[in-house]
Amino acid sequence: MIRLLDPLLIVALALNFVALGGSRIRGVIKAVALQGALLGIVPLFVHSSIGVRGLILVAVTVGLKGFVIPAFLVHAMREANIQHEIKPVINFISSLLLGAIGTGLAMVFASTLPLAAEHTQFLLVPASLATVWTGFLMLMTRRKAIMQVLGYLLLENGVFLFSLLLLEAMPFLVEAGVLLDLFTCVFVMGIIIHHISREFSSISTEHLTELKE
Amino acid sequence: MIYLLVVFPLLMAAIAFAVPSNRWRPWLLPVGGLVQLILALWAISEPMKRTPVTALNNWLLLDPLGKVILGFLSVLFFLISLYAPAYLALRADRPNRVFCANLFAALSMMTLVSVSHHLGLLWVAMEATTLISAPSIYFNHNARSLEATWKYLLIGSVGIALALFGSFFLAYASLKAGLESTLLFDQLIRDAPKLSPQWLHTAFVLLFIGYGTKMGLAPMHTWKPDAYGEAPGIVGTLLAGGVTSCAFLAILRVYQICRAGTEAEFAREIMIFTGLLSMAIAAVFMARQRDFKRMLAYSSVEHMGILVLAVGIGGLAIYGALLHLINNGLTKGVLFLSAGNIHRAYGSKVTDDVRGAIQRVPLSGAMFLAGFLAITGSPPFGPFISEFTIVNAAIGSGQFVAGGLFLLLLGVVFVGMGATVLAVVQGNPPDTTPANVFHDNVGTGLPIILFMALVLLLGLYIPPPLESLLREAAAFLEGKQ
Repeated sequence: MIRLLDPLLIVALALNFVALGGSRIRGVIKAVALQGALLGIVPLFVHSSIGVRGLILVAVTVGLKGFVIPAFLVHAMREANIQHEIKPVINFISSLLLGAIGTGLAMVFASTLPLAAEHTQFLLVPASLATVWTGFLMLMTRRKAIMQVLGYLLLENGVFLFSLLLLEAMPFLVEAGVLLDLFTCVFVMGIIIHHISREFSSISTEHLTELKE
Repeated sequence: MIYLLVVFPLLMAAIAFAVPSNRWRPWLLPVGGLVQLILALWAISEPMKRTPVTALNNWLLLDPLGKVILGFLSVLFFLISLYAPAYLALRADRPNRVFCANLFAALSMMTLVSVSHHLGLLWVAMEATTLISAPSIYFNHNARSLEATWKYLLIGSVGIALALFGSFFLAYASLKAGLESTLLFDQLIRDAPKLSPQWLHTAFVLLFIGYGTKMGLAPMHTWKPDAYGEAPGIVGTLLAGGVTSCAFLAILRVYQICRAGTEAEFAREIMIFTGLLSMAIAAVFMARQRDFKRMLAYSSVEHMGILVLAVGIGGLAIYGALLHLINNGLTKGVLFLSAGNIHRAYGSKVTDDVRGAIQRVPLSGAMFLAGFLAITGSPPFGPFISEFTIVNAAIGSGQFVAGGLFLLLLGVVFVGMGATVLAVVQGNPPDTTPANVFHDNVGTGLPIILFMALVLLLGLYIPPPLESLLREAAAFLEGKQ
């Protein structure tokens, strides 16, 4: 099973670029959802026996990140009647390029970190760092509120990947809490997106510029 | 006992949510606030003689540091809850169901932060406070508060995601050292000398940036002026006094681990630098600040800077930092609530429209002025004592540069903040402002006076139980227990 881990992570990394290069919001939602679901099942590959508790967590993670949150975002998107990210702060080619550079640097940086012997041969740490970076990039360079939420989700996926190294250290309660917080966070953000679209009849955060020095 | 402290406010939140009357619901706040205060004081005083209060296999533990934060939070919440009924009566047009329930839920989560001895649980509670307080910032339901809420939520969530990342790094540091990986605070402290230095190093940076964002340290402070500027005064107090203190506690916990490990020097250097940078940035943006609520936000950035700077200086300054946490929180109560009243009386919060506050709303105007004097460290108020302690510690331990810059920046802030505050309180009220609908009254005035009385008291006399609690907490932080 563990041999399948790296191919899975490579797919996840590829999805980073799909998300980064996409201008159709629905496509980006799908990419992030697929990545979330894929990463959700990674624990099955990392640990040979994860028990009932682990299985529940896998099911909940896949359900939330793969289906509930994306469905909610698609709903928010429809309600706000918005389909595309038209002009991000930097254009799509540059953000893809920055994403590629970041991924390369993540590989280099991860190889300098002193990893425990059993983790060195896998891509977990570089994939985690690269995904966090991609999330950051999307958060900073997109104008549409939904795209920023998607960036946040990518960031969270990256952090989640790292947590797989420590599955035994993370008690059930904390993992459940993290998932609950993530869900609530997206939920609250969704509500605010709804209000933004009502207030400005658009969900572009360009309008949010009144508060400045 | 410890469960009760966390569950009781949650229960009150549920009750507040269920009560149908918009008019009577706010009165639950002072009732719940008082009960929580009594519970907290009981929990703090009881185990002094016996074993510490713990629960959930040491996941929850009320240590001396937690006691300081818990006690302070309870007092702060009780005082702002006194303000709530009168304030919400003025805002009878707005439904306050979510607002009241959220205040209680935030209290519950902040209490959980103060007793968490598990870094994962601490993180969950911290993130929960972020989420819970977001709707309160949006209480006014206008474009500006919407923008503030969005920035608060997004920047706060990203910061806190980095803190989670850092927590994992910390757990990995023990895994790398061949130990059982854990996020239990006490175990981490015990294992600290053996932790892998490189991972500990990176973990501290991530955790400091993450929780520092929640605390509002420069340069991660950008959400603060917006959120504090647009939130109702009562929420501003809760954020500036309560939530930031919780984030500070999280940083202190991490610092303790670094201290017990190999990274103490590194952590202290970062803290001194960030502390001075926060003060400097606050000083720059406070000068000629026309919006007096945003000015308060920068003052909060400044004082958060003072807190981490003091921890970086170490020694006696740690005691000063803990005292300053209390002084700053209480003084922020005076400032935010009186600023809220002034805002209400003029329908504006920029100095172009607001003049002569001391004539139009004499009590709020006077309290705003007194609060300004207190927060900038003028005797005989509390912040003077704590800031003096910090300077003393810096000079005493030979850190002249940090101490000197600290004094210099305090001076700059005094001048910058003074210009705005004096513009607000002095002069003649302009005739153009709408007919006065707001006057000082008992409901909106008494809580401010109580805050001010405590600030003054702490400047003149620190009650022995508080003194010993602070000393105990400072000793605990320095690992002398």
